[in-house]
Amino acid sequence: MTELTSSAVPPLDADDHVAGEGPEAIVYADFGCPHCAAVWARIRGLPLRLCLRHFPMAAKHPRAPALHAAAEAAGLQGAFWEMADSLFAERGRVDDPHLWERVEHFGLDLERFNSDRPSERVAARVRRDFESGIRAGVSGTPTAFVAGRPVRDGFEDALARLASLASGPRGP
Amino acid sequence: MIELGETAPAFSLPDQDGNRVSLSDFAGRKLVIAFYPNDFSPVCTDQLSVYQEVLGEIESRNAALVGISVDSPYAHAAFRERLGLTMALLSDFHPKGEVTRAYGAWIESRGHGNRSLVLVDEDGIVAWSHASPTPVEIPGANLIFDALAR
Repeated sequence: MTELTSSAVPPLDADDHVAGEGPEAIVYADFGCPHCAAVWARIRGLPLRLCLRHFPMAAKHPRAPALHAAAEAAGLQGAFWEMADSLFAERGRVDDPHLWERVEHFGLDLERFNSDRPSERVAARVRRDFESGIRAGVSGTPTAFVAGRPVRDGFEDALARLASLASGPRGP
Repeated sequence: MIELGETAPAFSLPDQDGNRVSLSDFAGRKLVIAFYPNDFSPVCTDQLSVYQEVLGEIESRNAALVGISVDSPYAHAAFRERLGLTMALLSDFHPKGEVTRAYGAWIESRGHGNRSLVLVDEDGIVAWSHASPTPVEIPGANLIFDALAR
């Protein structure tokens, strides 16, 4: 049995996927989720230190587990963000041939990608994030945490305000 | 909501296939009842989707989970198929909301149940319950595992 009782959202660690500089925000997202893609487009360029964690909801988005595995497999070749950004940006191109096109475009080893995708290593990495989200009370995507606390409503605006705090004019 | 320590009200409701499902069917196991407002609503879709993701973990703890709403068995069947749900969805359609009222989860002004969770233990006693402050707030699955771990 997996431990799934309540626990605070884990702080960033070396295995997390983190991009950008600025105030820290942790986002649990689903690559099959259209709302996640729309939100991601708005927050990706903000001056934030964004951590993206896997939260595939297969019931709503049957393709999600495969897409999260693809991002992790690309990550094993150093291209997590290229794949993640691309999956959010081109939601209509998520079948296997589309993934293979991306792999070639990113200059990755396709054979290795295909062997890594169904691996236990990749599955465990995705599961790690999903389970931490469950324990932190994530019940839909996207869900963001700032300073360990969930940002409930309108989190795009909340993150934009957070970013503006860091990048705005400083007082004397 | 129903009080902890009370005997859980008996029920016999049709599931998504029209088969009667009774509280007594779960004797000897724990039963998590998820009262929810409506099939296909956005929030209910998120809620049951995330519970589906962890259903195996719930069942591995000698527990079952069922959903109850005022929708008809036909709507339940379509909702289950749409989301690939495997838990039973029970129809509190007629008399409308009778079981939901018995568990104290009814919202009269809305004509449907509040988003609520009830854990019935192996002996048919209410061991835990949770009512969302508003129907749009989803109780995380972590709360179910907290209750099962007590």
